[in-house]
Amino acid sequence: MLMRTLNSLAAGLIALVLAAPILVVAGVSVNEKKSLIFPPQGFSLAWYAEVFTDPGWRGALITSLVVATLSAALAVLIAFPLAWFLWRWRAPWARAFEVLGMTPFILPPVITALGFLSFWAAVGEYGSPWTVVVSHAVFFVTLPLVTLSLGFGAVDRSYVEAAATMGADDRTVLRTVVMPLVRPYVISGFAFAFVLSLNEYIVAYMVVGFTLETLPIKIFNALRYGYTPTMAAVTVLFVSLTALVFGLIAWFGDLPRLLGAWAKND
Amino acid sequence: MIRRAPRGLAEHAPILFPALMLVVFFVIPFSLMIAVSVFRRVPGGFYEPDLVFANYERFLTAFFGGVMSFSLGLAALVAVLSVGIAFPFTYRLVKLPRGAQIRWLVFLLSILSLSEVIIGFAWSTLLSRTAGITNLFVALGLMAEPQSLSPSFGALLAGLVYQAFPYTVLVLYPALARLDPYLEEAARTLGSSPLRAFFTVVVPGLRNTIVATTIMVFVFALGSYLLPQLLGRPQHWTLSVLITDQAIYQSNMPFAAAMAVFLVLVSLALVGLALLAGRREETA
Amino acid sequence: MSALVLDGLTKRYGPVTAVHGASLRIPHGQFVCLLGPSGCGKTTLLRMIAGLEDPSGGRLVIDGRDITTAPAHTREFGMVFQSLALFPHLTAGENIAYPLRIRGASKAEQRKRAEELLELVRLPGVADRPVSKLSGGQRQRVAIARALALSPKLFLLDEPLSALDAKLREAMQIELKQLQQRLGITTIVVTHDQREAMTMADLVVVMSQGRIHQAAPPMEVYRQPADAFVADFIGMTNLLEGEVTAPGTAIVPGGTLHLPDLPPTGRVLLSVRPEDVVVHPAGTDGPNRLTGTLSFMRDLGASVEFRIDVAGREIVALSRPQDRPPVAPGGALSVEFPPAACVVLPPMAERPQ
Repeated sequence: MLMRTLNSLAAGLIALVLAAPILVVAGVSVNEKKSLIFPPQGFSLAWYAEVFTDPGWRGALITSLVVATLSAALAVLIAFPLAWFLWRWRAPWARAFEVLGMTPFILPPVITALGFLSFWAAVGEYGSPWTVVVSHAVFFVTLPLVTLSLGFGAVDRSYVEAAATMGADDRTVLRTVVMPLVRPYVISGFAFAFVLSLNEYIVAYMVVGFTLETLPIKIFNALRYGYTPTMAAVTVLFVSLTALVFGLIAWFGDLPRLLGAWAKND
Repeated sequence: MIRRAPRGLAEHAPILFPALMLVVFFVIPFSLMIAVSVFRRVPGGFYEPDLVFANYERFLTAFFGGVMSFSLGLAALVAVLSVGIAFPFTYRLVKLPRGAQIRWLVFLLSILSLSEVIIGFAWSTLLSRTAGITNLFVALGLMAEPQSLSPSFGALLAGLVYQAFPYTVLVLYPALARLDPYLEEAARTLGSSPLRAFFTVVVPGLRNTIVATTIMVFVFALGSYLLPQLLGRPQHWTLSVLITDQAIYQSNMPFAAAMAVFLVLVSLALVGLALLAGRREETA
Repeated sequence: MSALVLDGLTKRYGPVTAVHGASLRIPHGQFVCLLGPSGCGKTTLLRMIAGLEDPSGGRLVIDGRDITTAPAHTREFGMVFQSLALFPHLTAGENIAYPLRIRGASKAEQRKRAEELLELVRLPGVADRPVSKLSGGQRQRVAIARALALSPKLFLLDEPLSALDAKLREAMQIELKQLQQRLGITTIVVTHDQREAMTMADLVVVMSQGRIHQAAPPMEVYRQPADAFVADFIGMTNLLEGEVTAPGTAIVPGGTLHLPDLPPTGRVLLSVRPEDVVVHPAGTDGPNRLTGTLSFMRDLGASVEFRIDVAGREIVALSRPQDRPPVAPGGALSVEFPPAACVVLPPMAERPQ
């Protein structure tokens, strides 16, 4: 009994510490005056409105959403054929590409960022807005690659064989059997890449930092010139959006399975 | 539908696009970075091709040695603290009902994917004089007047552990979720208290997982580049910060690249070690 | 005319040979059971017929057309998988109509055919149910209906009934046989259950270690096993090793037997079914009798089982209860092997590996 109380207490404390910075930021975001005070004095949602009305913040928000959408889509386009190929054919050499797809995520991000910086500078595209989309797609391709490998792994091969005996060729099997079964994994792979691209700073900064402002870059730049409550409002919006996306993944997909709680053949 | 080696162009076609993308946009940039690390810097300009090791020689300076040992020490401290808190936490987490587990996972994933900018900003607010936690202490009568706790080493450490904690939980989660609950129950029926069972059965059984996770978190913490700038003082800058600084503000790409290559080697060696430790557990 | 011809069909996985040159002729409308212990290559053979494995050698011909290398989706065979492989994202009806759907049949056509087939497998009214809401037996029927949707030339089933409980399995065996007779479709079933094979098949193909040992009607496989493996695998049998010493005379452990079908000379192996062994009280005399000691006896209701030690070998005999000799375990008995019941097999050494 005592043990249980202590456990709940510890869990509660951890939840509190994890939430505390966000709660304080949420508090200061509704201050009436342009000052960093907690508990908030007065109540105002003006700073939230400013995120959408101020051209600078609105532009950064739109840029971030566009970059995240395009790069997550491109990441899925890279990961899907690769994961399918590895699942469909016996090609041990192709595992090398899987390893390549995993590497950027494991290494410290500054390394990948620096690689992209040298590359785009060398090909003369340094600062072009589209380079951040390609960079993020390759940087985050790990996520759809992992979810899709799990997804294909979960497709019982006898489904494919059954479809084949009924006259379905590779393309038809993919369209009518495999695709419907891996769709949740496609969506969660996209969502993971989307959220991480939305929050990514160093790669975006090194690649297009001087020509394009994503939200994290905008916040960091703004921090240097001092505090404005708009940052707090943006932060709260971002945290909510992130939690919403993961909530949707949990709602539509099998989150514990995606995170590896069960062995493949369970 | 026979699973065999692919033949001909048509069957290889699907992998062409991903292979091309990964080679052009990862292998080539990565190789380029390695190449740049031995290029010669042109003051005022960028760099030009050469084969000099001057950039690597700079590693031998006391300043670089200081930054390197601080980075490694900090990452190690963060790794040990994170695993120390996250292991018992994850152990409880996997025993929760499914619904509660999922709520925790969503919460942890959300924090994990937060931008370092946002984490840094949130912590500096939490530790600030005007809006920070010290106001609460003052209200409770624990402190005479509010004060600023950031930037400081403590603030940096708190921010890094905060960032690494969800990562650690998610790395540990699969191993602990698959842990055989009967093992611990068996220990319990043999008269161990839950706490004793945890330390005598669960922890030794997962020793390699713990080692592998600690290394993974170490590499993760090594990659932090913004928190040291936002929550620490200049003497708390890590190798990642230094690389960014050299590349962007000092325009010394060759030296930044050399440091990056060094960081890659350290990280890869550690990841290899972690995989080895993880594999041994699976065969055991 | 032979509908399906297997000509030296072989499958190797690296150094392991799963199927050694299987040759077989299967006439139209036959019900064939591939029978053998697990790992004997029967499933691999079926999968080669279906086009799900590439043969390493040999030919596969149907109605004169060589289909050895034809991809599975061009063969137009129906197959029921051991796991059933019903698509979880489709309803029962959609599963059955799947082969029609991918050929571009209209929704109405698909629906009509699905309902016809559900009627055929005696499962009307479940077309709109998701497969996860069906019982094991119902799924079985849906899988069978789906495999028959295109009226295939060949109906293949891989251990189709192994997941069902004993009672349901029995009922499905009979139903499957009736269905096959009604449709007159050439059918090949893989099973490890000899009872299942004996109940359903026109032709039983006994396999072991990648080889076909015998392909014959069930009663012939039982009464005239081709070798010791078949004799031992199908039902229970007594195997006696002997040496032919004179024409029609073989010496076996514990005595001499006089049999008409013996080879002129050399070692032989005799198979005698327990129900053919006749047990007499000790001391009674007659031809082809050996003396032994009763080691164990039990009542099986319809019959009595004796285990008799004859010169150190155990002989099993089944008698009607009323024929039971008055003897207790440890007592002596006389065991008769009627010549008509003794099947002469090639000696052990010549058995294929």
